[in-house]
Amino acid sequence: MRGPEIHDRQQQPVNKEEREVAKRFITSTLAVVVALAAMITLLISSTAAEAHDIKVGAIIAETGPAAFLGKPEAKTLQMLTDQINAAGGINGDKIELILKDSGGKKENAVSFAKQLIEEDKVFAILGPSRSGSTMAIKNIMEESKTILISCASTKKIVDPVAKHVFKTPQNDSLAVRMIFMEMQKKGISKIAVVVGGTGFGKMGNMFLNELAPEYGITVLENETYSPKATDLSAVVAKLMANKEIQAVVNWSIVPAQVILAKNMRQAGWDVPLFLSHGFGNIKYVQTGGAALEGVLFPAGRLLIADSLPADHPQKEVLVTYKNDYESKFNEPVSTFGGHAYDALMILVNAIKAVGGKQDTAMVVDAIENMTFVGTGGVFKFSPEDHSGLKIDAFEMMTVKDGKFAKAM
Amino acid sequence: MDQVRRIIPVVFLIVFIVAVQLATKYTGTPFYLTQLTMSAYYSLVVVGLCVLMGYAGQISIGHAGFFAIGGYISAALTTHNLLELKDNAFVSLLNKYGVLVLREDLYGETLLTVHPWYACLLAIMTAVIIAFVIGGPVLKLKGHYLAMATLGFGIIIYQIVMATEYFGEADGISEVPSFNILPGIELGGGFEIRVVNYYIAWGLVVFGIIILQNLIHSRVGRALRSIHGSEEAANAMGIHTSRYKLYTFVLSAAFAAIAGVFLTHYNGSIGPSEAGVMKSVRYVAIVAVGGMAHLWGALIMSVILNFLSLRGVFGTYDDAVFGAILIVIMLFAPEGILGLGIFQKLKKIMSGGVSGKTPELQESKTGQKQV
Amino acid sequence: MTIELFLQYLFAGITYGSLYAIVAIGFNIIYNTTGIINFAQGEFVMLGGMIAVTLINFVPLPIAIFLAVILTMIIGALIEMIFIRWLESPSVLRMIIITIGLSIIIREVALHVWDESVRSLPYFVGNEISSVTILGTNISPQVLWVVGVCSLMVVALSLFFKFTSLGREMRACAANRRAAILCGINAKNMVTLSFVLSAGIGALAGCVMSPITYTQYDMGPGLAIKGFTVAILGGLGNSFAAVAAGLLLGIIEAFSISVVPLAFQDAIAITILLIILFIRPHGLFGSSEAAGLKEF
Repeated sequence: MRGPEIHDRQQQPVNKEEREVAKRFITSTLAVVVALAAMITLLISSTAAEAHDIKVGAIIAETGPAAFLGKPEAKTLQMLTDQINAAGGINGDKIELILKDSGGKKENAVSFAKQLIEEDKVFAILGPSRSGSTMAIKNIMEESKTILISCASTKKIVDPVAKHVFKTPQNDSLAVRMIFMEMQKKGISKIAVVVGGTGFGKMGNMFLNELAPEYGITVLENETYSPKATDLSAVVAKLMANKEIQAVVNWSIVPAQVILAKNMRQAGWDVPLFLSHGFGNIKYVQTGGAALEGVLFPAGRLLIADSLPADHPQKEVLVTYKNDYESKFNEPVSTFGGHAYDALMILVNAIKAVGGKQDTAMVVDAIENMTFVGTGGVFKFSPEDHSGLKIDAFEMMTVKDGKFAKAM
Repeated sequence: MDQVRRIIPVVFLIVFIVAVQLATKYTGTPFYLTQLTMSAYYSLVVVGLCVLMGYAGQISIGHAGFFAIGGYISAALTTHNLLELKDNAFVSLLNKYGVLVLREDLYGETLLTVHPWYACLLAIMTAVIIAFVIGGPVLKLKGHYLAMATLGFGIIIYQIVMATEYFGEADGISEVPSFNILPGIELGGGFEIRVVNYYIAWGLVVFGIIILQNLIHSRVGRALRSIHGSEEAANAMGIHTSRYKLYTFVLSAAFAAIAGVFLTHYNGSIGPSEAGVMKSVRYVAIVAVGGMAHLWGALIMSVILNFLSLRGVFGTYDDAVFGAILIVIMLFAPEGILGLGIFQKLKKIMSGGVSGKTPELQESKTGQKQV
Repeated sequence: MTIELFLQYLFAGITYGSLYAIVAIGFNIIYNTTGIINFAQGEFVMLGGMIAVTLINFVPLPIAIFLAVILTMIIGALIEMIFIRWLESPSVLRMIIITIGLSIIIREVALHVWDESVRSLPYFVGNEISSVTILGTNISPQVLWVVGVCSLMVVALSLFFKFTSLGREMRACAANRRAAILCGINAKNMVTLSFVLSAGIGALAGCVMSPITYTQYDMGPGLAIKGFTVAILGGLGNSFAAVAAGLLLGIIEAFSISVVPLAFQDAIAITILLIILFIRPHGLFGSSEAAGLKEF
């Protein structure tokens, strides 16, 4: 309780404060009016596009920690859209691509998904690039009955199956099986698993540990490194000390995976090194140089498109995409961009299959009954399988003289 | 009189909130409410941080950490299936007292999880306790050391989230359920309950603003201002500066945690980016742009910037825009964007520049001498 | 733990430690003359690496590195002159926010100039798989380069500050800015000079470590945080202490792998930082009285 005198003494500043409040009130009013005006402008500016255009949204991590995935995806989508539209579109309808950069953030992916669905009224959404973001919008897509074709690999995207959600990258579990089969051939049974600290690494880790017993393989050591790791010689020392380890699996999609390979070779440790399909980027080979010679990894055939036999079903698709991309952007093609290529082409083919009608139920049905030759492999979708790729989508590869090559 | 003056802007805010909702309704653009709701939750963090930074003069580059503690704990508790542990003594005890709830997800799987109400309470309590525990030693530091310590706290939370399977590592947690916070009022992101959620979010902001305004204009508020005038002098006058700083810190942490909990249930998911350093920097940026000790400025800038950012207006330049805003404001208008121009000058002339919110005092905001 | 494993951890720790120390020295120079912690220091490291990687396409490696260091120094000078020089005694809070903003801007510009892909300089000697054997343990020759450059830098800096008049003037500014100005030293120029110097050191660090850590547009913040930790661990402003603290932190991190999962490695450094801040904010090697005289 304040006495009256104290109150008096306080009077002066309080008055000032009141005036302050009043003035601030005016300021705020002004700002609010500006905000209101801005919003009204926004309201007016959101005009409807031509009814016939096929609006396709894309939520891609063009910046942020997954930019190495998002950049090639965004470039591919833009290139492909231009090509399709230049060729007359789908049954005469042009594709209108609305590209949103999520920065790899889940909250932005959620916001953009809602925006694309309700406001832009897109027919389908492609992406997100990352598993976490895809999982964040899976239920939103399913509840709003909008098609999503994801470029992220987690199995959870298609298991349990959501009617409207598909994905293009190969299942991680298939790549794991590929690696284990190769190990069996080589008589390897005791391994170390090192993964990069991303959603991709996490899923790989799960499958590697889960499937190992099936192939009579024991995981002796298990470590996760930071996606921003700068040097991994300490963990190499730790693993090297375990003399029983016959091979190392380095399951990662981040650039730091090359550092592990380098540190292993520098330490003079030459056990076989297996990488994942997240290695499918020739830039990684260029940075890793000699340290990557002879590593083994499963991947889609895009990386060895030129050396495929002419009668291979994927040959034409792969070579066309590769040449288009490399001549347009002057950089080597990666499997990541290929996932976006497949996503858009699956959608386009399905719309074509139903005669250009923008009918979600019919297009979903068309995808579920589709066989599509893409960059990732030959997709055969079904109502139970929204991933569509089998183990034959992979090829065991290696690095030879700084280039990708089929492993012998 | 004093009270009335203070209430006017709040009333105006409420009228504005309702007006915006009605405007979107009649123009057939209710989809704007999605981003407005999300912005409201971020604004809750911002106003809390505004009082901590602007009034108590303590910088925190770690508030995303508190947001994440709230969001992640609530998300984890309401999504992890305890069905397999049903016979575990502790789980069955919890079940007996109604802490757990059985539900079915979108794909027909049955889940036994902690009731969202308890999960939310626990999440907020945890954030508050952590704020109390670290607040003591952290707030003893000043200047760069304080900035580094709060930054470090934020990074540790980020690292824990990224390295713990329980929190989903890099994927974060998805499929966080919506639930009835009060009978008939559902907190969630569904399109059909959007209007209700808009009012839940903005109701929280209004409530928060009222609390903070009362705080600023109370004994505590005066004590806080005395701290950033000169902490030594305040101490000498018998003001428990450290206690007041701690209270403000905990209060702002609680605001962040509440925002985290609500936004996570609204979005149905949370990811590591919510705990990241860039998020904390963004909150600081908005407070700075709003004018540090300027609650309304912070609120307005927060709504505008978050709204635009969440709508993807800045495209691939999202972070760059925030960086640029930070620099420009700090270089040319350290008293905030609303402090620019004619109103600011009027204010200076009329108030004689002594009322604790004028730029002269802001310069030495942290009670630090200039170097 | 066998002696061999012990040595391997030790060398790994030294590698980490010298990387951290080299970044921390950059912080210290600016802090010493200005009292500012430059949150954009990590970006100087990134810029040095990036520019050198670009130049290597046109000129031989040593010239590329030299030019990269010079260019980054110019950038450092420009940044100081545009953003900091004309501010009238800014508060610490304001400087923190400005340098954070700068780090974001430099990073975003780098993203749009160089894109997101990883680059690296070639190894100065040998290649990715060559190693030298010391005490029965293999380490990359590049590590020796990092350690060597780091030591040279510390020696050169201390000679510069002790024996050149420019260095003495900078130290005078650090000790008492007003008195220095009264003695006719242009304090503002000294501040610019400190930015130039620390940008150059950052850039050199970026070049030397590029073959080991690779260079990417967003490598700055991670390095900067380790750099701060080391700078504070050693006591802000003391370059010799920074080297010791860097090695200490690096070795702790390396050995921690044998007990703590790798995923928590970064959290360890930050925990150490917090503990130091709480119990010995003046650092392991600093004296509390000296820290008390500094103004923050």
